[in-house]
Amino acid sequence: MIFLTRRATFSASHYYWNPAWSEERNRQLFGRCANRNGHGHNYTLEVTVAGEVDPVTGFVVDLKWLKGVIEREVLEAWDHRNLNLDVPEFLASEGAATIPTTENLAIAAWKRLEPAVTAAGGARLSRIRVYETPEIFAEFRGQI
Amino acid sequence: MRASFGRRYMISASHRLHVDTLSVEENRTTYGKCNNPNGHGHNYVVEVLVGGGVDPETGMVIDLVALDQAVRTKVIDRFDHTNLNLDPLFHNRVPTTENLCRAAFGLLKDALPAGELEHVRVEETENNFFECYAE
Repeated sequence: MIFLTRRATFSASHYYWNPAWSEERNRQLFGRCANRNGHGHNYTLEVTVAGEVDPVTGFVVDLKWLKGVIEREVLEAWDHRNLNLDVPEFLASEGAATIPTTENLAIAAWKRLEPAVTAAGGARLSRIRVYETPEIFAEFRGQI
Repeated sequence: MRASFGRRYMISASHRLHVDTLSVEENRTTYGKCNNPNGHGHNYVVEVLVGGGVDPETGMVIDLVALDQAVRTKVIDRFDHTNLNLDPLFHNRVPTTENLCRAAFGLLKDALPAGELEHVRVEETENNFFECYAE
């Protein structure tokens, strides 16, 4: 089994806010991240797939293909967007708001990528890492 | 839904790799430059990965401020700007980065305010790193 990782970057804005809470509680827990006018990051997305090396091509998956999947499924929807206002999984209007924390971004990226990787056969999605800054990241390995 | 939250911290410390049970020559052969009698130092990066359920109210596995506090109290304050050889944890244990990684894992394992410690990674230089996982 070989693990293959492709990195991509996207830039987006967000803020943290739980509409069920008072302003004070939001500010207390989320601090500067609760600023309603938002702030932004240069995110790095790491997509790791696991599989066997194809005896003919020597590939686990074709990296060009993986790049295309990441661009189509994630970057087109997230890059240069406001995550709270432009991205369906984080829209406040969708009932209980899913706050665009780094943890939730990792889970959302998994949900966007997993069907395409699985449908292609060969490799399975193994891990998603989302770096919000070089020092902060979240990881999701598909455990429900 | 289970996810993991990671954070990187920096520690500047000195050490000398030397064990009393080996001869002077054996120490020099085993540890090379790292056996320099007066020690040397590094900017270590300590990466901490905490796993747990994503809180449905906060969207978080662990509050970053609370994690920072635990790591600072247990690890950073203890090792930053110190000579690792003089720390009680290294009195009978050579302060290789493997052992520093194990020490950091042990100090943090039961000190987290939420979640479970999944792994600690210590980078000694840009080219060397060591990882310790929950067993």
